[in-house]
Amino acid sequence: MPDVTFTVDGKKLTAPAGTLLIDACRKAGIEIPAFCYYPGLSLQAACRMCVVRQEKVPKLQTACTTTVAEGQVFITESPEIAQARKATIELLLGNHPLDCPVCDAGGECELQDMTFKYGAGESHYVEVKHHRDEQQWSPAVFYDRPRCILCYRCIRMCGEGMDVWALGIHNRGANSVIVPNDHQQLDCEQCGMCIDVCPVGALTSGSYRYKTRPWEMSHVSTVCTHCADGCKVTLGVRSTNDGAEIVRADNRDKSGINNDFLCAKGRFGFDFVESPDRLTQPLVRNAAGKLEPATWEHALRVAAAKLKEIRDARGGAAIGVIGSDRTTNEENYLLQKFARTVLQTNNIDHERTTDYAAFAHALAGTAGKTASLRDISSACAILLVGGNPTEEHPLLAWLLRTNVRLNRARLYIANSKPIKLDRQAKATQELPPDGFKSLAAFLDQGTSDFSKSLQAEESLVVLFGEEFRGEAVENLVAWGLKRGNVRFAYLGDHSNSRGAADMGLFPDLLPGYVPIEAPGAFAEYPNRPAAPGKTLPQMLEAASNGELGALLVVGANPVSRAKLDHAALKNTFIIVQDLFLTETAALADVVLPAASLYEKSGTVTNTYGDIQMVRKAADRAGVKPDFEILVRLAGAMGVDVSTLVPFGKRGTTGDLGQSRGAQAGEADRHAVWLEANNLEPKLSPFDPLALLDEIERLVPGYTLDRINLFAGNDVHTKLEATPGFVPVQALSNPDLIVPAHDTLFTSGTLGQYSTALKQLTQHQAKELAETAAD
Amino acid sequence: MPRLVSHPDEIKLVSRRFGMGATNIDRYLELGGYEAVKKCLAQGPEWIVEEMKASGLRGRGGAGFSAGMKWSFVPKQSAKPKYILVNGDESEPGTCKDHLIFLHDPHAVIEGTIIAGLAVGAKMGFIYLRGEYRYLLEIMERAVADAYDRGYLGKNIFGSGNEFQIITQTGAGAYEVGEESALMESLEGKRGVPRIKPPFPAVVGLYGGPTVINNAETIATVPQVITMGAQAYAALGTPRNGGTRLFCISGHVERPGVYELPMGYNLKKMIYEVAGGIRGGRKLKAVVPGGSSTPVLLPEEIDIGMDFDQVGKAGSMLGSGGVVVIDDQTCIVEFALRTISFYAHESCGWCIPCREGTDWLKKSLTRFHAGFGTDADIGNMQYLAENMLGRTFCPLGDAAAMPTIAFLKKFRKEFEDHLNGTPCPFAREGVPQLTVV
Amino acid sequence: MSPTSETMSLFSPALARRFDALVEKYPVKRSALIPMLLYAQDEVGYLSDAVVAEVAQRIGITELEVRNVATYYSMLRFKPAGKFNIQVCTNISCMLRGAYEVYERFQEELGVGPKGVTSDGLFSVEEVECIGACCWAPAIQVNYDFHDDLKPDLVPGILDQYRNPIQDQEKDQEKNA
Ligand SMILES: Cc1cc2nc3c(=O)[nH]c(=O)nc-3n(C[C@H](O)[C@H](O)[C@H](O)COP(=O)(O)O)c2cc1C
Ligand code: SF4
Ligand code: FES
Repeated sequence: MPDVTFTVDGKKLTAPAGTLLIDACRKAGIEIPAFCYYPGLSLQAACRMCVVRQEKVPKLQTACTTTVAEGQVFITESPEIAQARKATIELLLGNHPLDCPVCDAGGECELQDMTFKYGAGESHYVEVKHHRDEQQWSPAVFYDRPRCILCYRCIRMCGEGMDVWALGIHNRGANSVIVPNDHQQLDCEQCGMCIDVCPVGALTSGSYRYKTRPWEMSHVSTVCTHCADGCKVTLGVRSTNDGAEIVRADNRDKSGINNDFLCAKGRFGFDFVESPDRLTQPLVRNAAGKLEPATWEHALRVAAAKLKEIRDARGGAAIGVIGSDRTTNEENYLLQKFARTVLQTNNIDHERTTDYAAFAHALAGTAGKTASLRDISSACAILLVGGNPTEEHPLLAWLLRTNVRLNRARLYIANSKPIKLDRQAKATQELPPDGFKSLAAFLDQGTSDFSKSLQAEESLVVLFGEEFRGEAVENLVAWGLKRGNVRFAYLGDHSNSRGAADMGLFPDLLPGYVPIEAPGAFAEYPNRPAAPGKTLPQMLEAASNGELGALLVVGANPVSRAKLDHAALKNTFIIVQDLFLTETAALADVVLPAASLYEKSGTVTNTYGDIQMVRKAADRAGVKPDFEILVRLAGAMGVDVSTLVPFGKRGTTGDLGQSRGAQAGEADRHAVWLEANNLEPKLSPFDPLALLDEIERLVPGYTLDRINLFAGNDVHTKLEATPGFVPVQALSNPDLIVPAHDTLFTSGTLGQYSTALKQLTQHQAKELAETAAD
Repeated sequence: MPRLVSHPDEIKLVSRRFGMGATNIDRYLELGGYEAVKKCLAQGPEWIVEEMKASGLRGRGGAGFSAGMKWSFVPKQSAKPKYILVNGDESEPGTCKDHLIFLHDPHAVIEGTIIAGLAVGAKMGFIYLRGEYRYLLEIMERAVADAYDRGYLGKNIFGSGNEFQIITQTGAGAYEVGEESALMESLEGKRGVPRIKPPFPAVVGLYGGPTVINNAETIATVPQVITMGAQAYAALGTPRNGGTRLFCISGHVERPGVYELPMGYNLKKMIYEVAGGIRGGRKLKAVVPGGSSTPVLLPEEIDIGMDFDQVGKAGSMLGSGGVVVIDDQTCIVEFALRTISFYAHESCGWCIPCREGTDWLKKSLTRFHAGFGTDADIGNMQYLAENMLGRTFCPLGDAAAMPTIAFLKKFRKEFEDHLNGTPCPFAREGVPQLTVV
Repeated sequence: MSPTSETMSLFSPALARRFDALVEKYPVKRSALIPMLLYAQDEVGYLSDAVVAEVAQRIGITELEVRNVATYYSMLRFKPAGKFNIQVCTNISCMLRGAYEVYERFQEELGVGPKGVTSDGLFSVEEVECIGACCWAPAIQVNYDFHDDLKPDLVPGILDQYRNPIQDQEKDQEKNA
């Protein structure tokens, strides 16, 4: 659309013809009030708050439906307009409870703000207000009808945004009421988006309501710890006696790739942090064979002594290390560095949910072939093969729907089973369950309508899931590279599975998928053992056979998934860093209570290769971030920790202060003061960002745009493009991949400690049973 | 069976077959039926539209928009099918003319619909009747079936090679569905909430196709215009207000009924001569000239010609042609309350000013009429109505606000007489006063 | 699968067949929704959960959507009314000519209040908005039958017409003739 020039309140503005006046004004800093307008959702023109005067038009016009054209003249603030808005608010307030002090939305209510602005302070109505009792629609959603102003945002968000259509409107006129789909109960994806968009206190969240006043919270912007999409999430935190607790999760500032989107896990599943099952004291197995509480010093001393003893006596090969899909990049990097340089072992692995190694191998030597989430939300054509994003990648599903809805993107789906996203698809292709391997050949035949339309696409983003491993990944990528103008994304499972792989939690691959045998690779690692180590199953097997002296498990629960004789592990000294006494931790000799992702800083990489900052939001007495635990463990082993973490060096630009979340700025101010006094701005060895320089220097693809990263934006890795990149030599074993298949309300071991997610699971199971009974 | 009336001043065009058994297709043909459509088939679309423009026929649904103009807005070329939609939702209180048309002359509606279709290039028409008109729907359905049997509807109408289908449809009780865009929503099986305009129906309407929406009377008039010629038709009325229309005279007159009179016919004469004057020799207190949404006129304001322009100049509207006559034994506060209760009941609830405004007006008037009003109420109601006016999503809000403002302004004294706990001076025997619970 | 007249429809075979045809009639299936609801109510008496479910299935939309629409229209109801539902128009034209007196009289004769149903389930009575019979006011509808130019004194006679099955039959014959 060509740009047009028009006048608003005497100012000349320019915008593409057809832009909505309300958007054009907002861009120019002219705020037009609105209840029903919500960017990206269908237009309603129902609330009449956005009325403006347009020259030569007799009636006031709604800015939310007026499109701009050349030469138009508008006035957006005048006594007439203010009066119209005031009268509308007065009408709303006529029935609206005026108990803002006890309303959950008090302080962040758009109606309250508007009333303040337009001064509808006087009531013209003496009649009794409608009263209705509040309803609970699900564990997550409550509805207070009298507070509802019928802006229809919730209905549209649920329908257009989520494609769930669980909210409706019944009756008409003043009896109109928002209703859930199953007789006063919500049968839906429980994403809570409706609560988020409600401008008033009509829809409230089961987990947050009446817990706090909004102004008592600090807001910390970090990354969700659940699935591999990596939604940016703003945590509302409040101080408690023993730290800081999270009371709410949303992303109302719409920063980040997910805009305002969060799924049920991101919005409600943070409560594992507060679980009474949280470990808050180290545990050491006593002479009687029982785990008993210990001090950090004691526990670390016991663990360090044992590791040292075994390394020195039996060599590093007698020690195994299992890392995490949920810890930060810095922690994973440190863990493998610790394993390789301190423990002198290549026995390091993680629970692989996706074959990222094969993906990296397939892409080796190419440039710009991986798709970030941002690419997906703007791509003209997308091919999705396998997987069910609605369940396993809710943000991806949201972005696909939004892209189709708002930009008319063309979505092609090839799958062995129908999925919900088929509704947005331009074309679907059913594949036999074993049809993924031969997909490339099928697409090349070009006989079906599906492959014909695909071939006609100028550019394509290809999304694929764990159905592809090893050679199948190679084939698919090769097909795309041959076709040209294709970018890929590989769908994995946990919040930092990609980071675990990128950071080299492999027995045969160093960070950046650099083969362990590559000559000269990571030369600065002292005493790095040369031969590949054991994979996770091999380590467990070795442990069962009594061949492994010690096993260090960080944030993983391999015992829950492996078929193992627990008794057989008794000869292995097991150290576990975790939040909970998991199945694995229960077998350990030393258990070190770890901080969750919401209690530390660092970076994580989502499955698309987008890196984001994690910031400390909550705090819990007694626990430590895995980073600090590892540094202390190394220290206790007598290692000079500065060989592990280059702290205190001038020129380390790691921490600009933002990483401390609630304490943001403190370190910044401190550093400024130090520099001003000609002193070195030193970083502590426990500051994970002290490792960022090294990661940037040594890990191919991790050259980071720090300004953007620290500003809270997502930064795409350039894995394939890095000049220093060395192709992977050997294909990894596809059988090592065990997908998690987490669904909307499950999140591995972590999810089992979330009361909210458990309640939602039960609620939806009940809904399902009822539907089946009908 | 609704009573038919007649008066020498009437010029019966639309009503010429009333009471003559024209529901029977043969009888309709005997009475000159389906001749107009044949003429149109011979003359072609441009001619039809020009005739309609020249006839000065203005929409009988309420807004009084030129039918010919509306038809001319339909794009010649369209990727999506075009449709004709006949609005037989007739729900504006005081209006019952379409009722008689469906009852006595269903084929005139069919014929008019076909002509509209020929004019704009539509192949399908819908005739939507309000749900309460079930017996009329059955009459219409029979007539449509007969027209299909004769080949007047179908793939090859009158052997001309043109296709035209008609589907009849029932509503289920909703005044707002008479608003043209809400009507399309209803016909698409949705809640009767109006659509954002633009786009207008002539461009994007039913199922997304260009759609002509006309009132049933407008459509039934079309064959008459074609038969007698645009000039002759136009000459019957006043400038810019061609022809005749069906006036529904109800309320306190001696001979209520539906009378077909030329546009511009004097209102006073209509009440006192055509309808026989005020019932029981009482005095006239007020007249609602065009359905309940039009501002009330005082006895001294009724010496006007009943056309869109003159009534407009008198501060009211010709609307749907429902003339409601009120005698001096009537409580205006109660009348206003009943009027507003209707709009509160019928508001679709979409937009805030209408949904909340009609509800508050109703509540205030209820209390007021029950004798619990205060001085401030009169001002508040006025303030409320003025703040609804022109601010709502569709004209229903105005339809409630306009009469309210007129009642409060023209009968302020009577409102004041209800103050201070005074019982309604017009309280009727056997009808309990409304009380505030 | 949508139920057809042959399978497990809730409706009489004739109505089910009619519905099968109805969904085919329009350019878009959903246009059949409102007529279908009204005709279903005519047969079943009200929109029960089962009616809503079957209609939803026939049209291919959710039950919530059906209810969104159904609750909008004032003729559609979710509770049974009397076999003969007396709808008294009390809007302005009728009010001016004594509609409230007629309404009162119906309530008195039947011994029920507004929206009440007689204990034998035969009659219910409610006040409705304008029914398009203003010039023949006051007017009422008993189900779909209009009765015009009423006076309170005509009320017992109207009730008798519906109470008395013989007269009913005669009326039917009259209609058919
Ligand atoms: C609230 C409202 C109710 C209406 N009800 C009716 C109606 O019942 N019948 C009708 O023909 N027009 C009704 N109209 C007018 C229609 O919107 C539309 O203008 C008309 O059907 C066009 O036909 P005409 O040009 O032949 O008058 C109503 C308008 C509004 C705003
Ligand atoms: S004015 Fe608003 S609420 Fe009223 S009927 Fe029109 S759209 Fe609906
Ligand atoms: S934002 Fe424009 S009417 Fe609500």
